[in-house]
Amino acid sequence: MNAYNFAYLDEQTKRMIRRAILKGLAIPGYQVPFASREMPMPYGWGTGGVQVSAAVLTPQDTLKVIDQGADDTTNAVSIRTFFERTAGVETTTQTKSATVIQTRHRIPEDPLTEGQILVYQVPIPEPLRFLEPRESETRKMHSLEEYGLMHVKLYEDISRHGHIATSYAYPVKVEGRYVMDPSPIPKFDNPKLGDMAAIQLFGAGREQRIYALPPYTQVISLDFEDHPFEASKADHPCGLCGAKDSYLDEVIIDDAGGRMFVCSDTNYCTARQAAGHKGKDAA
Amino acid sequence: MTPLLSVHGITKSYGGHVGCADVAFDLYPGEVMGIVGESGSGKSTLLNCMAGHLTPDAGRVVFDTRMDGPRDTVTMSEPERRMLSRTDWAFVHQHARDGLRMGVSAGGNVGERLMAVGARHYGEIRNKATDWLERVEVDPARVDDRPTTFSGGMQQRLQIARNLVTGPRLVFMDEPTGGLDVSVQARLLDLLRGLVRDMGLSAIIVTHDLAVVRLLADRLMVMKSGHVVEAGLTDQVLDDPQHAYTQLLVSSVLQV
Repeated sequence: MNAYNFAYLDEQTKRMIRRAILKGLAIPGYQVPFASREMPMPYGWGTGGVQVSAAVLTPQDTLKVIDQGADDTTNAVSIRTFFERTAGVETTTQTKSATVIQTRHRIPEDPLTEGQILVYQVPIPEPLRFLEPRESETRKMHSLEEYGLMHVKLYEDISRHGHIATSYAYPVKVEGRYVMDPSPIPKFDNPKLGDMAAIQLFGAGREQRIYALPPYTQVISLDFEDHPFEASKADHPCGLCGAKDSYLDEVIIDDAGGRMFVCSDTNYCTARQAAGHKGKDAA
Repeated sequence: MTPLLSVHGITKSYGGHVGCADVAFDLYPGEVMGIVGESGSGKSTLLNCMAGHLTPDAGRVVFDTRMDGPRDTVTMSEPERRMLSRTDWAFVHQHARDGLRMGVSAGGNVGERLMAVGARHYGEIRNKATDWLERVEVDPARVDDRPTTFSGGMQQRLQIARNLVTGPRLVFMDEPTGGLDVSVQARLLDLLRGLVRDMGLSAIIVTHDLAVVRLLADRLMVMKSGHVVEAGLTDQVLDDPQHAYTQLLVSSVLQV
C-alpha cells in the first residue's frame, strides 16, 4: 500500500487531469486534450477511465467498476482490484452505495443521484473520426459547428438498412453545441445521458482526451425528422429476473441454437432476484 | 450591374517562385469565364486563391453575397468563407476522387451539402439526390452504390451533382474533363453547358483544353508564367490570337 501514491498517479499528474476535467465540465461535450500517462494495463482496457477515476477518487469514496454492466468480468475485476491496492478505497457492486462508478460501455439501470460520478472508458472520442480522418479538420469542424457530416453517416445507415442501424456509440448533441461520442454505450442508454443528476466524465487514454457532462445537461441524440431516434433493446424480458425495462445481453447456452436474454446490469438483476422477481429461465 | 465576382491584383508566390501575379477581372452573373494556359502557368493557383483554398499574398476577391452585397472573401472570417463555399460556391475538382467521399453512397454524397446547410428530412434529401442523379444522367437506381463502383465519367458527373444540389451561384472548375476519354468528355461538356444555361450559373473554368473553353466559356483569359497575357471574348481570342503564346497555343491544337 505505501509503495504507491494514493490512487497510483502522482499528485502533479492528478492535478493536470483535474484541470482537464474542470475545463471539460465548463465546456460540456468539448474534448479537452490532456497528457495521458502510461498505465499498468494495455490501451483499450480503460487507461483513460482509470486516470480520470484516479484523479477524482478521495479516500472516503466507494468505488464500483462495471464492464458492459457486469461487476464480475475481467476488466471490471482487475480495475477494482487495482484501486483496492493502490488507493485502498472501499469498493462495492451496488450502484446506490457507490460514489464513483467507472464504466465500460453501459450506464447502470438504477438512476444515479447527485453526488455520484460516472466515469466512462472511451476508445475513440472523436465522433467524426470515421468520416473525416484528419484531426486538424475535425477540430475545425467542431469549432465552426459544421456537423452536416454526422448526418451523412446516419443517412448511409438508413439507405443501407432502412433504419438508423447505429446501435452503440450513437452521436449526441450537447447543449445545442458540441456533437459528442457517448463512448460505445448502447443507444438504449442515450436518453439517460441527458438531464442526469450525476457528473459524467469521459476519459480516452490512448487518444489523450477528456470530456464531460455536468449534472442536468441537455443531451439530444441526432436523428432525421422522418426517422426519429429510438432507444432500442432486445424485445424480451430478462430470463433471470423478468425485468422488461432493462438492457439485455443475449447469451448462447448450447450449440443447438438455445439462447437466453439476461440483464446486462448484474447488480440490477441480482437485486431484483433477491426481491423475489423471477424470470422464465431462473433455476 | 454589380459583378458577381470581382478580382483585384491577386498575387501568390511560393517562396521566390511566382504562382500568379497581379491578376484582375470581373465576372458578371450568368457569365462563364475560361482560364487557359500551359501546365505551371498559375491557373490552378489563381483558382484556389479565388475559391479560398489558398490565401493570396496580395489582392482582393470581392464576391457579391446574397445577404450583405459585395464582400472581400480574403479578409472575411473563416466560418463565413466556409459557409459560402458550401452554399453559393461550388468547386469541381479535376479528379472526382478529390471531390467525392468514396466511402459514402452516391445519395449520401449528393445529400452532404444539403445536410450541411441544415436539411434533416431523410425522404426529402433522398428525393433531391435521386432527382439530381437523373439530371446528371446517372441511373437513379444506383443511388445507394458507392462512387468506387462508378466509371470515371459517372464519378465526374456525380461530383457535379453533389456541387450543384444547393443551387450555388458560382462554380469553380479545375479541369473538369481532364482524364476522360473524348466521347465521355463531349457528353460531360454538353451536360455542363445545359446546367450552366438552365441554372444561370456563373462559372470559372480552368483548363488546358481549348475545345472546352470554345464550348463553354463566354470569355477567356490566357495565362503564361503567372501572368495574364491575353483576355477577351472566347471566339475573338481563339480566332484572332494577338499574343505570341496564344498563337502558339491555338496552333498547337491537333486537327483530326
